[in-house]
Amino acid sequence: MEQPKVFLYALSTCGHCKNTKRLLDEKGVKYDFVDVDLLPKDEMNKVLDDVRKVNPQCAFPTLLVGDKVIVGYRENEILEALGL
Amino acid sequence: MTTPQELYERLKKVNEPKGYYFDNDHEMVMDLLKGLLLNRERYGYMCCPCRLASGDREWDRDITCPCVYREPDVAEYGSCYCQLYVSKEWNEGRIPHLTVPERRPAEKYRS
Repeated sequence: MEQPKVFLYALSTCGHCKNTKRLLDEKGVKYDFVDVDLLPKDEMNKVLDDVRKVNPQCAFPTLLVGDKVIVGYRENEILEALGL
Repeated sequence: MTTPQELYERLKKVNEPKGYYFDNDHEMVMDLLKGLLLNRERYGYMCCPCRLASGDREWDRDITCPCVYREPDVAEYGSCYCQLYVSKEWNEGRIPHLTVPERRPAEKYRS
């Protein structure tokens, strides 16, 4: 099964975001991420608009697995969405 | 400059008597405390490390640690949003460790 596209919106200081990255790394999942708090203001606003489209509450971590959106460090949901 | 260890000891003394304990995962707790110190440096106030700061101290008063959501979150889930502060039951594994959803109203997020 070809792995769906995985993208993570995170904050560099957030423990749950770190745990999400660690889980993806441990499972050898290929993913991209952005630490939104480290972005310059104009870029941050653009990215926040994208986050709000999939997660109006703008909470982190927000993980996209294909078309699924998982908000918060929810290990079972993440593994299930990845088919692991 | 406050070190994470000094912050740990000071906050532990203040919060445990109120029933707010640091999570058993000491490494995560220290990371979160480093995050608080970093946020104070970046923004001038200890914005919650798991929430995006607006940079406006007054606007972010509700998510300045300890956030106003800590009390209801620990009461309902046994943990604050970040899992920095937890209840005794949480640390003793007597309640399930559920993911704490964001209690802050979405409209409070403007950047």
